[in-house]
Amino acid sequence: MKTLKQIIHQGKKRLLQMHYESGVGHIGGNLSCLDTLMVLHHRVMKAPDTFILSKGHAAGALYITLWSLEKVTDEDLKLFHKEPTKLSGHPAPRWKKEIPFATGSLGHGFSLAAGQALAKRLQGKPGRIFCLTSDGEWQEGSNWEALIFTVHQKLSNLTLIVDSNGLQGFGTTKEVASQGNLADRFKAFGLLVTEVDGHDAEALEKILGSTEPGPRVVIAHTTKGKGISFMENKMEWHYLPLKEDQYQKALSELGEA
Amino acid sequence: MRNEFCDTLVKRASNPDFVFLTGDLGYMALEPLQKAAGARFINAGVAEQNMVSVAAGLASQGLRPWAYSIAPFIYARPLEQIRNDVCLHDLPVTLVGNGGGYAYGVMGGTHHAIEDYGILLSLQHMRVFVPAFGADVEPAVDRILQLGHPAYLRLGRDEKPKEVDPGPYAPWRKVLSGGGPAMVVVGPIAGALMKDFMGLESSKRPNLWVLAELPLEEKAVPGQFLKDIETSGHLAVVEEHVAHGGAGEMIARFLLLAGRAPKKFSHFCAQGYLSGYYGSQGFHRKECGLTSGNILKVISDS
Repeated sequence: MKTLKQIIHQGKKRLLQMHYESGVGHIGGNLSCLDTLMVLHHRVMKAPDTFILSKGHAAGALYITLWSLEKVTDEDLKLFHKEPTKLSGHPAPRWKKEIPFATGSLGHGFSLAAGQALAKRLQGKPGRIFCLTSDGEWQEGSNWEALIFTVHQKLSNLTLIVDSNGLQGFGTTKEVASQGNLADRFKAFGLLVTEVDGHDAEALEKILGSTEPGPRVVIAHTTKGKGISFMENKMEWHYLPLKEDQYQKALSELGEA
Repeated sequence: MRNEFCDTLVKRASNPDFVFLTGDLGYMALEPLQKAAGARFINAGVAEQNMVSVAAGLASQGLRPWAYSIAPFIYARPLEQIRNDVCLHDLPVTLVGNGGGYAYGVMGGTHHAIEDYGILLSLQHMRVFVPAFGADVEPAVDRILQLGHPAYLRLGRDEKPKEVDPGPYAPWRKVLSGGGPAMVVVGPIAGALMKDFMGLESSKRPNLWVLAELPLEEKAVPGQFLKDIETSGHLAVVEEHVAHGGAGEMIARFLLLAGRAPKKFSHFCAQGYLSGYYGSQGFHRKECGLTSGNILKVISDS
């Protein structure tokens, strides 16, 4: 049986291969949140739980995570960004229960998660709802609406995760629309806040696995392009595809698990 | 129609899949529903974007949410949430807009809904229901519940004159017959037209059809309506909605594609704010020519 470390390592290699073969970008943001998605899906989530990827541009990380669970096949991955495909650049609707919503426009996932969390309470059903947003996504007003609603409705089965990699589409979050310490803002709204190294799988498992009633937010401090020296903290890797020499270099940097 | 709507939902509030969201509207109207639905009546606050996505989340778990506000606040503010979260997923969320057309009158243009169903019908899977009379609300609600798709219920004021009997609700229903043109009317203005046209001599009286469900479905278009158009050679469409995306455009397209275009086509519709002044619903209707007198004059001159 593979260790989680081995599963994540294999997932990273497969992610690079998928991006290389498809010739498309969004690699940086996928690498910043892949550890979180893997820990959630392999170690934390149970059958009735749901995960909503609000940062839909990290669809690649979600596809790879589902591939590691054998919910998405190699044949599927070959069609990433091709046509006809269900593996579009941002998640497509209505084809896989593990991808409950088509996301891609930022600021939707948290409210959807709040709706699902509320539904479970009204129906008396078990299960936790996890939602991953980016950090730049907190410039969307709808997220703050969702925050007010979630706290007011005491949606204790909801865990929000922020992939805090500090980079957004055209600058750093600090340069574009600085929000200071996001954790303090969440606390001021009444959420339970935990901060964690978003690349420390053990710490992630411990914190995300906690069943302390929420609503909770986990701020995962991450590095865009994590693990690949020439991608780390580089804005261009929000967009760029991999050339062959870059692909080989990236693989060699990942090394063996 | 708010009271009819409230009464209708009170009767259905014990359904296991019932849940109602309001964007902080409903004072002096929805209190009976609040009482009947208990925890399933949720005031989502002044935050319509969140409310619509929450409704989508609820629907994705098997519930049948209603999301209510003043009409423009339920279709314009949260349009992307309707488009992406509700319609792309074909979820059975019903948006309820109170005050279709110019119904909010002198409250001003921010509160009017004169482009609502045109915008919403451009989205995937969306169905629109426009009750013309208070008694139409309950059957329209049942139609929505049967269909199980994204829906928009446009509520207005019940303007049915006492002397008028439009008969039971139907997507298409003929309420007047005569030797005049075929005429389709959408929404509560139907009551005034029925009252003012029913006394006309038979040769001038329009064949008046009330249309309550959009988009136009080919199989639902009554054969008698097509005969009425052929007989008179003239079709008039009356709606408190702008021309773009309105019922007039939909019917004209349908007739052109079917090769059954009438010789003459008249469209009486909302035209915004022609004078730049604001007034009652009647003031805005009059400014746009949405009165029985003007309609009669135009169709008589043809």
